[in-house]
This record gives sequence, structure tokens and C-alpha cells, in this order.
Amino acid sequence: MSTVIHPPASTAPEGVGARTAHESAGQHVTGAALYTQDLALRDSRTLHAWPVQAPHAHARVTSLRTERARNVPGVAEVLTAEDVPGLNDSGVKHDEPLFPSEVMYYGHAVCWVLGETVDAARQGAEAVEVEYEPLPSIVTLAEAIEAESFQGARPLMARGEARAALDAAPRRFRGSFEFGGQEHFYLETHASFARVDEGGQVLVDSSTQHPTETQEIVAHVLGLASHDVTVQSLRMGGAFGGKEMQPHGLAAVAALGAVRTGRPVSLRLTRTQDITMTGKRHPFHAEWEVGFDEEGRIAALEATLTSDGGWSLDLSEPVLSRALCHIDNAYMIPNIEVRGRIARTHKTSQTAFRGFGGPQGMLVIEDILGRCAPLLGVDAGQLRRRNFYRPGERTPYGQEVRHAERLQDIWDTLAERADVARRRAEIAEFNAAHPEAKRALAMTPVKFGISFNFTAYNQAGALVHVYKDGSVLINHGGTEMGQGLHTKMRQVAATTLGVRLDRVRLAPTRTDKVPNTSATAASSGADLNGGAVKNACEQIRERLAQVAAGKFGGHPHDIRFADDAVSALGKKPIPFHDVVRDAYFQRVQLFAAGYYRTEGIHWDLAKMQGDPFKYFAYGAAASEVEVDAFTGSYRLLRTDIIHDVGDSLSPLVDIGQIEGGFVQGTGWLTLEELRWDVSEGERRGRLATQAASTYKLPSFSEMPEEFNVHLFERATESGVVYGSKAVGEPPLMLGMSVREALRTAVEAFGPGGVEVDLGCPSTPEAVFWALREVSGREPAGEGGRAEEEREEIGSGEGPGPQAARSPREAESV
Amino acid sequence: MGSFQITVNGQPRVDDDVPVHLNLLDWLRGLGLTGAKEGCAEGECGACAVLVARPDGRGGSRWTSVNACLTPALALDGQELVTSEGLGSAPGPCTTEDLHPVQREMAERGGSQCGFCTPGFVCSMAAEYYRPERAPLPAAEKEAEMGENGFDLHALSGNLCRCTGYRPIKDAAYALGIPEPEDPLLERQALAAPPARRTEVRTTASTFLRPATVEELAERYAEHPDATLLAGATDVGVEVNIRHTRPRLLLAIDHLEELRSLRFAEDHVELGAAMTLSELERSLAGRIPLLAQLFPQFASRLVRNSATLGGNLGTGSPIGDSAPVLLALDASLVLFSASGERTVPLSEYFTGYRRTVRREGEFLRAVRIPLPLAETTAFYKVAKRRFDDISSVSTAFALQLEEGRISSVRIGLGGVAATPLRARAAEEALLDRPWTEETAREASVAMTSESTPMDDHRASARYRSAMLEQSMMRFFAQHRPSEHVGASR
Repeated sequence: MSTVIHPPASTAPEGVGARTAHESAGQHVTGAALYTQDLALRDSRTLHAWPVQAPHAHARVTSLRTERARNVPGVAEVLTAEDVPGLNDSGVKHDEPLFPSEVMYYGHAVCWVLGETVDAARQGAEAVEVEYEPLPSIVTLAEAIEAESFQGARPLMARGEARAALDAAPRRFRGSFEFGGQEHFYLETHASFARVDEGGQVLVDSSTQHPTETQEIVAHVLGLASHDVTVQSLRMGGAFGGKEMQPHGLAAVAALGAVRTGRPVSLRLTRTQDITMTGKRHPFHAEWEVGFDEEGRIAALEATLTSDGGWSLDLSEPVLSRALCHIDNAYMIPNIEVRGRIARTHKTSQTAFRGFGGPQGMLVIEDILGRCAPLLGVDAGQLRRRNFYRPGERTPYGQEVRHAERLQDIWDTLAERADVARRRAEIAEFNAAHPEAKRALAMTPVKFGISFNFTAYNQAGALVHVYKDGSVLINHGGTEMGQGLHTKMRQVAATTLGVRLDRVRLAPTRTDKVPNTSATAASSGADLNGGAVKNACEQIRERLAQVAAGKFGGHPHDIRFADDAVSALGKKPIPFHDVVRDAYFQRVQLFAAGYYRTEGIHWDLAKMQGDPFKYFAYGAAASEVEVDAFTGSYRLLRTDIIHDVGDSLSPLVDIGQIEGGFVQGTGWLTLEELRWDVSEGERRGRLATQAASTYKLPSFSEMPEEFNVHLFERATESGVVYGSKAVGEPPLMLGMSVREALRTAVEAFGPGGVEVDLGCPSTPEAVFWALREVSGREPAGEGGRAEEEREEIGSGEGPGPQAARSPREAESV
Repeated sequence: MGSFQITVNGQPRVDDDVPVHLNLLDWLRGLGLTGAKEGCAEGECGACAVLVARPDGRGGSRWTSVNACLTPALALDGQELVTSEGLGSAPGPCTTEDLHPVQREMAERGGSQCGFCTPGFVCSMAAEYYRPERAPLPAAEKEAEMGENGFDLHALSGNLCRCTGYRPIKDAAYALGIPEPEDPLLERQALAAPPARRTEVRTTASTFLRPATVEELAERYAEHPDATLLAGATDVGVEVNIRHTRPRLLLAIDHLEELRSLRFAEDHVELGAAMTLSELERSLAGRIPLLAQLFPQFASRLVRNSATLGGNLGTGSPIGDSAPVLLALDASLVLFSASGERTVPLSEYFTGYRRTVRREGEFLRAVRIPLPLAETTAFYKVAKRRFDDISSVSTAFALQLEEGRISSVRIGLGGVAATPLRARAAEEALLDRPWTEETAREASVAMTSESTPMDDHRASARYRSAMLEQSMMRFFAQHRPSEHVGASR
């Protein structure tokens, strides 16, 4: 059973605020929607690419011979570093050779084979003879920390006097926490399709969230200017950040192949290639010390976050910045000192993934609160609420938390709507009657900053055409990956021009229509491109208002655009398309380039201070689980969410983002597990979970049995397109409520008041060991969970680590 | 060379140039029917699902969802299928009125976001929409994972979506009505499925052969003992797609009547080795409770629609879920070859990691389960995910009590050694003992002594070992003597 409650539809039946289905839904369900690889199959001359992947975590390529491969029937070309006319690099930091001479991770592609069929290319790749000289490798975060293998910036975010405040705090705890990454597992693997036209211009269809950067990388690899390369992103079968940086090199290989052979080249990764070659969410390690005052308010936090960046920098620096900027989550931490560093390991280069470091930062503080609450003798939910930001307070990086009151408002409304008090009593009854199963309910909040930390990315363009018949075509710089951006852009255009939705059509995203675009990322797609589309439509509307004012004999300011017509007070409305036709004959420009940039944001990267975010998105979730004592397996019985999307541009789309984000976040925290071979054997550095059969993402059995999503009401956000807020990333972090509920359920197996160390992802096995430990059947410090340790330091005379596990002794400090 | 004939979306197609190892998905996509997608190429994600008209056992047919990525195109020779493109309207922009009811519910309720998994979901959902037994639940009756319209959510257990979180898809499924009488696909179900036809396609490197009779199969298999037997292709398909094996001879056995019958005799039941698990589940209708517990936990509906017991046992895999159950049921295997038939107890069948007593040229014809069945049975599967996951550990129990004492017991284990095995030490600790917690505890300790579990990406050896112990205690907790006595009276 599930219900969705959404605010009443706006007055516009089809425009902004209307509950519109995805603009491609009809094509999705009939199989008519085309993706990059579908385009490639339509050209019978297409060659197919296959990589030669190195079987070492770290090695030098000592020789690479392609003769045998070229003799395999059906092989058309073997692409190596020697074929690159421009720069042999696929990154923006020039640390990612496209054809490497040094293998940096297990599965690194050293060259690519083009074949008439995929099978021919694969057989060709098997025939390429590569010799390697294995080199020492660093695979785990622990190894990297031990070896001090770091890369990039080492930011520090600080406010107040953390050390002094910790020393003075009546209650202090220290611990560490290591948690895993996450594979994007977009259903569509990476795909590129390149061809060269008669003028030498390269056209690449690519499953990319960042067409402009794909264009730039293809251009620099080919030694061309940007205007020689056009990148189109028709639509993606999911992306989640995994197609922000990772497509570039793949598009460049396809483009290079097309240039070398004069034929269309398709490059589509198989699932295993995709998992073993492309970056993932960063795993993190955290060491922390936290101090609380007598009332359970956080007095100070010191932490060091180490992310596992993999072999190259990619987006690791901004991901780390965002992690630091979200370690506070919804909580006021007056004294804080958080250091960040990026480990370099011989693994895939970890990259953007929905939340972009925010989830990792937030997870650290939620884990701290979940572990400390029993030791403080406070309910974890109360501990959270007590520490919420209050209006006027500022984040550690100096930004005022505008609308901080929404945290409590959302929290209390959620508790009421989800009937938390009554259900807690029922849970207590259930637990008393069931020794072999325990239930628990936990609530967690989200506060997530919206805007790119990198200020220049906060701009967007659009191109809107109105044709003589009154039909409208929009181009904008954002890409569609399922998040419903195009749906929202149509609604924005329809509302701004006051026309029916079916008048508005969207053209595929291409770099030759709107140049210099930002990645569709950071949840900002609708804010930025919506601003640009609205701006373009407003320009056209103003011109049409002049035309209509002339016709009506009034002032342009008094002209209204609504219901597919143009009207002035007391006059009979004129159909939109008639005004358009008149405008054409009066030689009025019917197309416009729109532009938008986010105002009022700035960021000092060196000091980690500023106002990097336009606003914050808020939300909270309440999840109830039932844990089975025999296996540690669990069911998610019910989840209730209230989430703040401002005034929703498109409620069906927004609710879809909230639910999908929640389940994806829950997957990361409870189910999805990347296991690398950390042995010293031949397969060291190899990812063991490299297929859908071994890397499990949530299926129907993981969704909440009852799922209620509410949009926060009366939430207009000023200065953003039609009062809306971004929605892509923030709901992912609502999944933390599930992990915290698991922790509380585990606690219920024990005597109560005991800290629960819970591995992450909190798989049934991790939950099983945690409950064994809590119920005293297994000695502490063992088990298949993340390496953790903690102790309470009681101002010199405090109890040791073991004693800290006892709530009574902790109370006595 | 032979010609490949198939009816796709009502249109007959002939193709004289189908490679032996080309899967149905790639063949369809090569035709321009790119609705079905490759998400994983191993039958885990369902993005490639299509509908095949299969015999319903009563003279009609049944639209059955299958993973097109796993099955060789040639295995569909002579058959009839429908893809997402063929369910609703003509291609191109369409209004919601043109859509199939399943497509309409999915589209209007936000069941698609990126849309990549959607055609597969639509096909799996359509199969359940047309399931003849589906009927609205009686008022006030509720069943877990079933809509009021009788829609069984397990129909979608083999489809993954990374975008929606599934709620709108579930709502779409539960909102579906009953097909209109004039619905063409419903009408089609009243007619027989296309008969199997003998197929033989040779290329220079490999051959696809669907023998007409079991004798022809035995003969050809004797000549080519290295041939690969193909029933549902749910294992072979993975080998071809992921490990790039290219068997020289594929022998398709899935249509042979001798391998597809279910027979109840006085002292045993015989299950055809090439019946799909879905067919077995329907035909048995709960008559073997332990198997009824197994089926919903065995892979996904998409896989069960093709996978067979013969395949699950034929590969000799230590992690197949059927073996522990069949061991607990004391099953035997009927092995057939050109030189005749023999019966081997399943407990003597496995000889090592993916090795069995099956001789060259011998294939599984049937699985025999002795009657009467033990009264107290249970199957426990431990995995990360409840739907469609591979077991870390699986255990099956079959226990008979006489006056509070255990008069017979068999325990089958999977995932804890190189082969599925019987928990002999635990059985011994139980036999002729009173069914008490103390007995169960002793047996649970014995359970851990007889396995050699490993650490891998699914679970640690330590967890596997603990799960063996726990499964015994769980079995006891759920079948305590008093409850049992009460239940059996």
C-alpha cells in the first residue's frame, strides 16, 4: 500500500505545477525512445569498439603488439597512443592518459580494437599482445593512509576553537568509521557513437551529462577546435553523476576511431566493462572526536575525512569540499575543525554520484549521533532535533542557514503525519512479545546546499524558437537522464508564454545549439536551465506584448499570456498563434537566446568560507524496520517523507525524484557492496562484484512496504524559477533513516543504552554481527563489519574503551 | 544451413543468416526493434524482457516473459513473440489512448523516468496482466506482494529499475484491470502455442540442433558428448554473453515431451527435467510444500519462466537452490542415454565442484521424489536481497515425527561446500531423539562441523557457518513440538 500526497495543482492545468507525466513517457513504454546505442545500430556501416583491459592493479606496459589482432577476421583498426593527433588525455586535469603506458588499476584499458561486429572487436582485443611489468600497488584506504598516498588539495574547514571546546566538553567520544562506495548502475551503460561529416566535423552522440566538456576533450584529443566537434546527448538511461566526467574518454576513443577509419564508430561498454572501468561514489574513512554539553548539544567536532579517490583526481576535490560542507547536516556545531584528504589508490577513479560528497559528510555525523545517543542516554531522534540549526545561525563555512525553522517544522509535521508516537508504543509491544524479531523506527533530517561550489558552473543558456504557426521549440543546455528536466522545461516555457503544453517541443541537447554549458549536475538542472528558458521566453513574450498592445490599443504591461491566448483587460482574447503570425508580418524576432546565472553566491576555496549555496533543500524521513535475529535480514515496513522542493514545478516528477533518491540512498547504505580483491594474489585490485549478479541493487523487495511522500507546503523559494527548489540529490540522504532504524532495532536485542557499531553497508551480515555483539553472544571487536573503534575520553579520568560500552559507567562520567 | 522463422509482433519473419550464438535480444535489435535493452546480459535486470507464446498445458497458450539476452535467437525458431513495440500502438508519438493498458498505467503514473528499463517492465507486467489465473482478491482479503487486482508482484522480481524506487511501478501494476474480451493478445491465448519444430542450423564454427525426438537427442549426444544441452539457456546464456564461450554444438531439449511431463505415481512423483520452474510451480499447485516454498525464492519470475530443474542440477553448481530442497526430499535423478535409463539418488550425484556422476552422452530426463512426503519441512535461503539473489547459504529440512520423536530426517545444504550436500552429522544428532530445543541445539552445532564454507563477495565463511547453525534453530523455533502436534492433528 502506498499513497502519494501532493499539493493541489496550480491554476495552470498543464504548465508549471501541473502533475504532468514524463515528456517521453509514451516513447518509454512503447520502446520507441532511442538511446545512443540504438542510434548506432541504425547505421549498417558502424564499427564497434572493444577495450584491451589490463589484468594488473599497477604495472608498466613494456610492449604492445597489435599485428595479430589486425589479422583477426573482421578487425578494422587497433587504436593506440600513436594514433592520437592531439593530446593523449581524457581528463580536465591532464592526469588521465587516454592510452596509458602505466596501468593504474585492474581493468584499465590500454588500447581499443574496432571491428565489423562486437564479437570481431572482442576477438581482436584478445589477440592484442601486451606485456606488463607489475608494480607495487595500493588498493585499500588503510594502505593509502599508511603509505601516505594522497593526491590533490587537503582542505581544512574550521570555526571556533574545536580543541579547547572538546577539552572543556563534559561528554566526549572518539571513534572512526569506514564506509563503502557505490556503483551508479545506470541501466544504460556508457555509449558513444561518432562519425565524421564531409567537412571534417565530428559528431558524437554520447551518453553524457556534460556535453560541453565531452566536446572539449574530444577536440583536444583530436587536435581540433571546439567548433569542429558537436556532441549530442539525446537522452540517457540513467546517469546519477556517473556520466559527468566518465564519458569523455570513451567519446574520444569513438571519435578517434571515426576519424581514423572514416566510418561511424560505436562504443558501448558491457556491464562488466562499465563497472570495472568507470568511477563510483567515493568510499570514505573518518576519524572523529565529538563533545556534547550537559543538554546533549554538540559543543565541538574534530574530524579527518579521507576519501578514496582512486587512481586520478577526476572530481575528487569538489566531492571532498561538499563532504566537508555537509558534515554539519542539519546541526549547529559551534566549534569545528574538519580536515579532508584524498587517497590515491590503484582503483577506478571515483567520481560524482548523486549527492557528490554530501552524503558522505552527512553520514559521518548521523553515524556519530546514532552511536552516541544511547551513551548520552537520549533518544537518537531527540538528540537530532535538539541540535537543529535555529534561524540566524550560520554553517561552519559562514553561510546563514536561511529558513532553518523549516527543519523543526518538517520534523514535527512528519512525526505527526507518520503517527510516530503511537507506532513507537506499538513497536515496544511487538518487541516485548518477539524475542526473535525486533522493530524500530528512526527519523533523520536532510539539509542540502544547492549550487555548484565551483561558481562558474552556475550559469546556463537556452534557445527558444517560436514558429509562425505558434509552435514552440526549446533548446537548452541541460541533459535528460530520467530526472524529468525536459518535462519541467516544457512546463516552464508553456507557463511563461501562456500556451498549451503540446505547443512546446523540446529539441535534443546539442553543443551546436547552446554552447559552453555546465554539467547537468548538482541538482541544478532545472534551476539553471529553467532560468534560461524562462528568460528566453520572456524576451519573446515582451516582443509579442508590444504586438498585442498595438492590436488592442493598450500598454504592453497590461497584456496577459494565458490559456493559449493573449488578452488585455476588457478585450476579447486573441489566440496565441494569431499574435505570433502578426508579429512575423511586423518583422518581430520570434526566437531568443536565454541566459541565467545564479546571483549572490561566492566561495573562497582556500579558506573554505563563503556563501556557496543559493539556498538549502530540507527534508526528513521516518523509517520503520523489522530485523530477524536468526539471520540479521530485515524488512523495511514503512517510510514517511516530507521534503522541501519549494513550489513544485512538476509534482509527479519531484515525487519520483524523492522516492527514487530515497531507495537509491537506502541501497547504498544497506545493500550495495563493492568488494575489491585486497589479497596479494594475481587478482589483487580486481573488483569481485562486477556484474548485476554480484553487485545487488535494490529490487521490489527493498522498497518500503508502505511509502508515503509529502511535499513540504507553502515553500516558495524566492529568486528561483517559479519558486521551485532543486530535487535531484537531497532525497538520497533520506535513506539514512533506514540505517539508523536498523541500528535502533539492533539495540533492542540488547539490554538497551548500548552503543551499536554497525558496518556500512549495513547488509544482513553486518546487522547480524552487530546484534550478536549487542546481545552479548559474541566478543566485541571481531566480525565482518567495518573496522571501527571508539572510546569515551572522560577528561583524563574517564573509563577505557570497554567501559564506554556500558551505559551506566558512561553516565557516571 | 536452415532458415529461421519467427513471428514478431504479429509479423512473420524469415532470416537465413542467424549465427548460432546470436542471442534473441541482439537479433531483435538488429531488426530495428530496439525497445528491448541490454542492461546486464545475464538475466538479472530484465531490461530485455519480451513475451513468448508458450503452451499452457491445456491446449491454449500463455504469454510468458523471458530474458531475450539469454536465449539464442535460434531457440525461438518457429515461435511467436511480442515486444514492447508490439503491445500498443504504432511507432512514433502517440496519445495515451493508443497505449496498451499496461503502457498507459506505467506512463501516467510516473512508472518511467529514464525509460531504459521500461520496455522490459512493460513486458513482464503484460505477462502478469494476461495470466489466466489472475483474478481480483476477494474483498477484505489481503496478500503480501499481491494487489487487490490479483497482480502478483513477483512477476516483476526479475526487473530492476534504478530511478523510480519502484512505488509508481507497483501502483501501475496494482491499478490494472482485467483484459477486455476482445483484447487481441488475450484472444491469442485461447489458441495453441506454435508447435516445436526440428531446427538444425550449421555454420563453420558451430551448430544449433533441436532434435525432434528424445531418441535423436540421445543419439546425437552420444556422438558429441561435448555438446552443450540447452533448455532455458539461463546458464548457457550467461556463459556465452559474459564468459564468451562458444559451444560447438547446442542441443536444444526444451520441447521434448519425454522431458516435460509431471506424473504422480503411488510411491513417487516424477518431474520432467525440462519443465520450467514456473510450469512446475503451476502444475504442482502446492502439492509438494517444500518445493512451493522454494519456487518464489528461486531467482526471478523471468528466470523461472525458462529455467529448469534439469539445468539447475545438470550444471552441478554448489549454489543452485533446487539441490538442497531435493536432497531433503530424498530425490533421485532419472538419467537417459542412447544405452538406456538409470536412476541415481541425488545424494550420490554430485562428486565435486561442478562435477557429477553423469556419464558421457547421458542427460537428465526427470527428477523423482518418493512419497509420502515428510510432514515437517522448511527451506531457508540466506542472501543479501530477498528477490532474485544468489544464496550465501541455503538449507532445506524434511522431518518426520512419531510420538514426539524424530523418526526420519533429511537436511540439504547449499553454498557451504564444493557441492550441495546432506547434513549427515546433524541428521544423526536428530534421528530417534525427542524434538526438543536441546536436540535442535546439538544438531545446530553438528551442522557447522560438516561444511567447508568460503569467504567471498556474498558473505564471509564465518557468517555462512553461523547461518547453518541459525537455520537449525530457526527451523526449531518455527516448528516447535507443541505447535507441530497441534498442526498435524
